[in-house]
Amino acid sequence: MTGKPYRLPQGGRLIDRARKVSFTFDGQNMTGYHGDTLAAAVLANGQRVFGRSFKYHRPRGVVGLGSEEMNALVGVGEGSRHEPNLRATQVELHDGLVAVSQNRWPSLKLDIGALNSKISRFIPGGFYYKTFMWPQAFWKHVYEPMIRRAAGLGKAPEGRDPDTYEHMHAHCDVLVIGAGIAGLAAAEAAQAAGARVIICDESPRFGGMADLSQGTIDGEPQLDWVASRAALLADAENVHAMTRTTAVGHWHHNHVMLFERVCDHDPALLAKGTPRHRLWKVRAKEVILATGALERPIAFANNDRPGIMLASAARGLVERYGVSPGMKGVVFTNNDDAYLTALALKRAGGTIAAIIDVRQGTDSAAVRDARNAGIEIIPGHAIAGVESSYGGLGINGVKIAPWRKGQGRVVNESRIVCDFVAMSGGFNPVVNLWCHNGGKLTFDSALQSYRPGTHHDRIQAVGAANGTMDLAQALAEAYAAGEMAVKATSSPMSRPKVETAQQKPLEPIWFSPATGKYNEGNKHFIDFQNDVTAADLELAQREGYESVEHTKRYTTFGMATDQGKTSNLNGLGVLAEATGKTIPEIGITTFRPPYTPFSFGAIAGTLTKKLFLPIRRTPIFRWHQAQSAHFEPVGQWRRAYTYPRAGEDKHAAINREILAVRHKVGLLDASTLGKIEIKGPDAAEFLDRIYTNMFSTLKVGRCRYGLMMNELGFLTDDGVTVRLADDHFLMHTTSGGADRIAAWLEEWLQTEWTQYKVFVTPVTEQWAQFAIAGPKAREVLSKLGPDFDISAEGFPHMAMKEGKLGAYPVRLYRISFSGELSYEVATPAHFGRGLWDAILAAGAEFGIEAYGTEALHVLRAEKGYIVIGDETDGTVTPFDVGLDGLVSKKKADFIGKRSLEQSFLRSAGRKQLVGLLTEDPKEVLPDGAYAVRSVKDKPPMEMIGQVTSTYYSPTLDRSIAMALIENGRSRMGETLSFPLEGKVVKAKITDPVFYDKEGSRQNV
Amino acid sequence: MLIVHCHVCGAEGDETDFHYGGQAHIARPATRDPASVSDAEQRDYLFMRHNPKGLHFERWRCDRGCGKWFHAARDTVTMEFKATYGISELPPRALMEAATGEWAIFFKDKLAKGSEA
Repeated sequence: MTGKPYRLPQGGRLIDRARKVSFTFDGQNMTGYHGDTLAAAVLANGQRVFGRSFKYHRPRGVVGLGSEEMNALVGVGEGSRHEPNLRATQVELHDGLVAVSQNRWPSLKLDIGALNSKISRFIPGGFYYKTFMWPQAFWKHVYEPMIRRAAGLGKAPEGRDPDTYEHMHAHCDVLVIGAGIAGLAAAEAAQAAGARVIICDESPRFGGMADLSQGTIDGEPQLDWVASRAALLADAENVHAMTRTTAVGHWHHNHVMLFERVCDHDPALLAKGTPRHRLWKVRAKEVILATGALERPIAFANNDRPGIMLASAARGLVERYGVSPGMKGVVFTNNDDAYLTALALKRAGGTIAAIIDVRQGTDSAAVRDARNAGIEIIPGHAIAGVESSYGGLGINGVKIAPWRKGQGRVVNESRIVCDFVAMSGGFNPVVNLWCHNGGKLTFDSALQSYRPGTHHDRIQAVGAANGTMDLAQALAEAYAAGEMAVKATSSPMSRPKVETAQQKPLEPIWFSPATGKYNEGNKHFIDFQNDVTAADLELAQREGYESVEHTKRYTTFGMATDQGKTSNLNGLGVLAEATGKTIPEIGITTFRPPYTPFSFGAIAGTLTKKLFLPIRRTPIFRWHQAQSAHFEPVGQWRRAYTYPRAGEDKHAAINREILAVRHKVGLLDASTLGKIEIKGPDAAEFLDRIYTNMFSTLKVGRCRYGLMMNELGFLTDDGVTVRLADDHFLMHTTSGGADRIAAWLEEWLQTEWTQYKVFVTPVTEQWAQFAIAGPKAREVLSKLGPDFDISAEGFPHMAMKEGKLGAYPVRLYRISFSGELSYEVATPAHFGRGLWDAILAAGAEFGIEAYGTEALHVLRAEKGYIVIGDETDGTVTPFDVGLDGLVSKKKADFIGKRSLEQSFLRSAGRKQLVGLLTEDPKEVLPDGAYAVRSVKDKPPMEMIGQVTSTYYSPTLDRSIAMALIENGRSRMGETLSFPLEGKVVKAKITDPVFYDKEGSRQNV
Repeated sequence: MLIVHCHVCGAEGDETDFHYGGQAHIARPATRDPASVSDAEQRDYLFMRHNPKGLHFERWRCDRGCGKWFHAARDTVTMEFKATYGISELPPRALMEAATGEWAIFFKDKLAKGSEA
């Protein structure tokens, strides 16, 4: 074929024939017109196959008109701007657009995966569940990769997304979803009453299906009426009108998410820096659902062949884009609406071979119009099958047979030559959003479909979305809903006068039997996107999947990205006939958000890169940066990990820093440490409840290490708390736990011990805090000019002093997390950097070196000190880590005490904290390595514990590790095996304190 | 996403501005008498929760606002907040009468006294 075989010589309301647009589809250069959708333009170029199906790789063409499209899923854009799985019926054409088909290899016309179709009798519904079960080892290496490759829909983009995205938050009195006739009327009524209105529609223009319908409103064609209403709303100050905006989900308390495609239709906007997509989070006092109705296909044999589409889609192609679905068509219907499609095609110069109506002798205006137009009508018949052209790429004709509901195989049939079919099985109200948040549905027997029932949120459905297909009634309902939503007190708006032809009722048809053998080459597709056929549903039924929810999961019907928009009712109809039940007895599966898929970019919005998470920095951060420190995240903090010097790698730097602390003196930025002030007459008693050990006995000016458990008896935090005054404590928490612990303290004060007079004030960021640790620490301190006694006797271990170091006001705590003589000095944050520099200057002659968090961890591990989150994992008690001495036996009650007495926390066989020394001192065990009871050739092996902290210790010049091992404390000296990839490491159980067991170094 | 009203400071916000604190009106046995808490009592206090379809009494904290805890009665089907009340208070009488499970037992003598409600 040459030229544009399917572009009609005239017509096409939305296209501008003066503006040609060039684009490519699968690398083929094509042209269309401004205003085309990709689907219309590709069809106009004579290309009917848009992709291959998910499971059988059958060639597929366009079926739908808009967002309901389930077959023509394409990838648009290149490289990092590639977006897969877009519905070609919604993609607006622009110059230079690059689109590709999906799920085919090597090409659309020849596809290897189509072999699945030949063996389809061996891959029925539930095939995956039945087949890919054994041997187990095959799953990972054979089945899963195979299924993943075969089942792909589209490809992910490559590289970082270059575009920007936005989140918007909006509040309104009334949100109208859908801007067809009913939506526009509801919005008009609400805005006239002064309400703040948001109205959105997924298509590029308002008006819905008005241009494809017949009849007048107030004497005007429907299209003119919607245009004037859209203009009115665009001008109204209290209305925000949005096109290309899909309501993707409805959640509790009328929280609605809108997905706005800002630039996709016009790359020039992108180039100007406009966000590509916006995600709107709308809170509406009232939601009005005017989402219309979607046509349903009919299940006849091979109803998925390219060229077979919904009647509304065919009508849209002709009237909107001047494109015919083919050269000669058949309309197959069970209702009056599809007659409009036949008439539209005829008007535009297309050829209609016949209208096949399952109804017997229907006499309505639509039927008469068609007859008067000279279109042949064949009543009481149904399509029994199609004659596929070569490779199933299209059709050469249809076979029709007399229709009788519930009949089995068809015997007599006749043939009609045609290359396309416009089918209509009736209309389903779009109730997806109604259901997202628990709205109930009710079955409407006139529609043979579900429509909105009750809902607990402030939401109303109007027009076709409510199952109201009569235009006058839909308008009345929409105006009333708009007025009710704002409780308009003024006189209601006058209702427009409508003239439309009366339609006759439809006759349900869920399944049209085929001729020949039932399922041989004959597939009656229900869910096109997931390749589920009527036979699959019946098979699931026979295999005992009685609940429709089970059938859905077993066959995957209604589970694809289109969420059953066109398939749901047909599936229920087939199940109803197979079981002899009614559709309401079958029930309905749940529609879930999103209504249509939307981009990850929109979900992320601006919350990417630097804005992904706020970063907290200590007052010394710039100094760390200037030293080219490695940083590590600790909660939201960035802490200096180590400070490598020129020519030094990370490990060398860490070892140097550790040895500086052990032999000279080191300086650590510990400002991130959580600090909470606890003040009030009951502060001491409150702390006795919070900590496992006693704090009411702590003397003013002294520090004590404390352990915290949750109510389950498991460790959650630890730290040193200082008594500043009788009624005033300063609690230190872990860096990551500061916020959590402050909230925890508040919770207990507010909800359990409400009688306590205590204030809790988090002060972490008020203070810069540093550790000066090492044998020379006191000499450094002395050089800084303290105005208080720092002698060993005057300022002993675990004491606190307030005063001045030179010009700097400080609190000084003699506490140690390294085992060395150590002071933690705290100064108000704005003095932090000055004091830091002063300490470095004073310490220079003693060889002071800054050390980072890794050195800190090795130093504490050498001393066997635990870290919450390393040695504990939320299931570890103080007894497990050997800190029995810190659990008070005197206090009647503290958090976790009663649980700690539960038998299972006292039982034998719990894992206990031990030290590990590997046989090879150079071998550093990996973190989390498992010890096994006995080594076997391959897993599974019985695991008896795991490594919790593991380092190379430069102090001891060998590796050290801590581990939680079953009954560890009674296994001292035992050698354990740690099977790793390709080897087994052996290590001896020891005491977890590796260095200076007597603690003499800190008590000098 | 729910809209929550703070009972203490009056702030209104998305539920992400608040912190959900689980089932309300659970007495902590160790506070009453730490010396005589049976294993079963402790188990129930820690783990056993009432999960009704309908009226639910729960705790919330005004996380991004005043920081205070308060009580709420919410319908778990419609998500409607029937009432909010102070963290040391009882719900309105009508809601106590509609309570189920452990709440019904807990509220029974409070209703008999007819005090706070």
